[in-house]
Amino acid sequence: MDFGFTKEQESFRQEVRDFLEKKIECGAFEIISNGWLENSSQEFSKEMSERGWIGMTWPKEYGGQERTYMDRAILMEEMLTCQAPIAYHFLADRQVGPAIIHFGNDDHKKEYLPKIINAEISMVLGLSEPNAGSDLVSVKTYAKEEGDFFILNGQKVWTTGAHRADYIWMIVRTDLDAPKHKGISEFILDLKTPGVTVRPIINIAGVHSFNEVFFEDVKVPKENLVGVKNRGFYQLMAQVDYERAGLERLMQNYPVFVNLVEYVKKEKRNGQPLSKDPMVRNTLAELEVEYQIGRLFCYQVAWTLTQGRIPNYEAALCKAYCTQYEQRLSDAATRILGLYGQLMPGSKWAPMNGEAADSYLWSVSYTLQGGSLEVLKNIVATRGLGLPVAKK
Amino acid sequence: MDFGLSEEQEILRKSTCNVMEKECPPAFVKETIKDEKGYSPELWRKMAELGWMGFIFPESYGGIDGSFLDFTILLEEMGRACLPSPFFSTVILGGLPILEGGNEEQKDELLPPMINGDLILTLAITEPPGKYTPDGIGSRATKSEKGYILDGTKLFVPNAHIADYIIVVARTKDGVDADGITLFLVDAKARGVTCTPLLTIAGDKQFEVALDKVEVTHERILGDIDKGWHIIEKIWPKVIVAACGEMVGGAQQTLKMTIDYAKEREQFGRPLGCLQAVQHFCADMVADVDGCRYITYQAAWMLSEGLSCVKEVAMAKAWCSDAFKRVTKQGQQVHGAIGFTEEHDLHLYYKSAKKWELLYGDSWFHREAVAEQMGL
Repeated sequence: MDFGFTKEQESFRQEVRDFLEKKIECGAFEIISNGWLENSSQEFSKEMSERGWIGMTWPKEYGGQERTYMDRAILMEEMLTCQAPIAYHFLADRQVGPAIIHFGNDDHKKEYLPKIINAEISMVLGLSEPNAGSDLVSVKTYAKEEGDFFILNGQKVWTTGAHRADYIWMIVRTDLDAPKHKGISEFILDLKTPGVTVRPIINIAGVHSFNEVFFEDVKVPKENLVGVKNRGFYQLMAQVDYERAGLERLMQNYPVFVNLVEYVKKEKRNGQPLSKDPMVRNTLAELEVEYQIGRLFCYQVAWTLTQGRIPNYEAALCKAYCTQYEQRLSDAATRILGLYGQLMPGSKWAPMNGEAADSYLWSVSYTLQGGSLEVLKNIVATRGLGLPVAKK
Repeated sequence: MDFGLSEEQEILRKSTCNVMEKECPPAFVKETIKDEKGYSPELWRKMAELGWMGFIFPESYGGIDGSFLDFTILLEEMGRACLPSPFFSTVILGGLPILEGGNEEQKDELLPPMINGDLILTLAITEPPGKYTPDGIGSRATKSEKGYILDGTKLFVPNAHIADYIIVVARTKDGVDADGITLFLVDAKARGVTCTPLLTIAGDKQFEVALDKVEVTHERILGDIDKGWHIIEKIWPKVIVAACGEMVGGAQQTLKMTIDYAKEREQFGRPLGCLQAVQHFCADMVADVDGCRYITYQAAWMLSEGLSCVKEVAMAKAWCSDAFKRVTKQGQQVHGAIGFTEEHDLHLYYKSAKKWELLYGDSWFHREAVAEQMGL
């Protein structure tokens, strides 16, 4: 056991910090909760690309750096600390790229991997549908084989970032007769293809973050199918363990915590700083302990991946735990601010730019996205603990 | 970072686990708790032969100079077995202050027999105020011809009835500050020492130790006069993390018992573990147990490396106190009424979690230390 970082890792962290400090100094982005996923900047992503920070864990033959998942975790921790605008490349870097490496053919690899690494294309995930949320295997969007094409009809929903991305990585049904999980395939699709319509959905924070995506007789070239036809669900399940346990599930509203600690030190109640109130001290210390536990969970997963092992229940556990922490944080922040805790960004009198209230609204989504809390706990119980799966 | 055990650590864990499983099954624990002595001299002897008492002590005293990180593995296995023994009080509460504050004669006299299993020690720090801070120390040490005369009441002193020496924390100067506190090595059989057992929730042996004009010679002063609190401060992080080590093992065992039960117990024509409510209880328990493990070993690693870790130690005890307790509560819920019986083993952990929570500061106490470290 060893809970320290190597010299190389420390100096890498410093390198990332220096880069970010410069960017913040010149006003390249604002440090604001959810910024990492809401702020998409191809320019910023290109600068990261130049430093080899996109696809950094991928094999060298595909343009990657073959660096460890520990290094990637360090990079992400620094990016998330200041909520750097990494949305442009984030999903392709974390998920689509590795999926293509695992399941794509040579043409896929040649076509997409360099573009991802060079921040030339932006990708989103098309998984959920109106009747396939946690029950993902029930997707109905159907790709019918016709000559050299698939004809795609159906709808995706809660598609984060589809309004600003170039490609969608999706699962669709390719066999209507097979058992549900044996009739799904993975596709990559240019969102500009005729027949694709992206319609905004406004979330409860008043932001257009996710979308509905409709497919009406969309002609998809056959070569856009990735991996084995009708094996898409299994391929996806192998990928989500990579998706689940990054620090982005712990640090989405990290600035709230930092600002809150500063706020209570300055703000006075009854003639003394709010930070001297025993309730406030206890609450913030509890959040700090919980945060540090979550951080250890995240690094444990990164360490497991670095060992060349797939985190099994740990990834699900990590995400389940961390997102609940984020929710407790935004709730505690609004309460510590008292009446001011209800003030939204832009409001006169709003402390911390209204970020506490805003984060409280966003936090609803934290335990839903990328596998609901309930599904994650099921995974921990059945895969991790070997508890029996209930028969239907 | 490395979250796994090394090969040597795995061997240590496995061999300790084997000894505990063989020598300290739940029936033994229950029997021993009911026994007045509260430990088995035979097992104590075996533990000494295995080198456990000297694990973190220098070779010059007969120890094996092991790391504190590895020592935590040993404690985890003891906690897993709920081992009733004076190990914690002798080695950690007794041995460490002697190693830290004792002069060469004292160390030569006391550490080798302790390591050989011939000496049982304990520490009398807390008093009726029930605090681990200097302002909780009111026992008086008055200068006399031969040394000092001790008067006062010590509370929650573990294993005082079997101890050869009790390290008494007393005031050589009036006040509430750390300055003016001195440590004394008191012969437990000395005139004026009266030990009265307390009935504790976990059945472990804690005592009221009344000191009535107890004479202590100059040779029995541990460390410098008035500066005894420094010794306590020095060893205290290890005391806390050692407690966390025991809690990791206890929490892990509670989880294991609960999972086993959920797999085998049938209701509604299928195992309990099929029920999502039960599954989610168990998933929550995993987060608590894994959290205990990582945060404790992080602190143990930092102590081993000699790194400053005031915050990490406090975080470990804050988390373990709450998490171990939650795990035992949820374990009880999943077990149903059988867990509420004396016949079943689960209550050993339910009680143990409460004991460890309250000893050496609970989560409120340690979160205050964390708040301090956060600059609040």
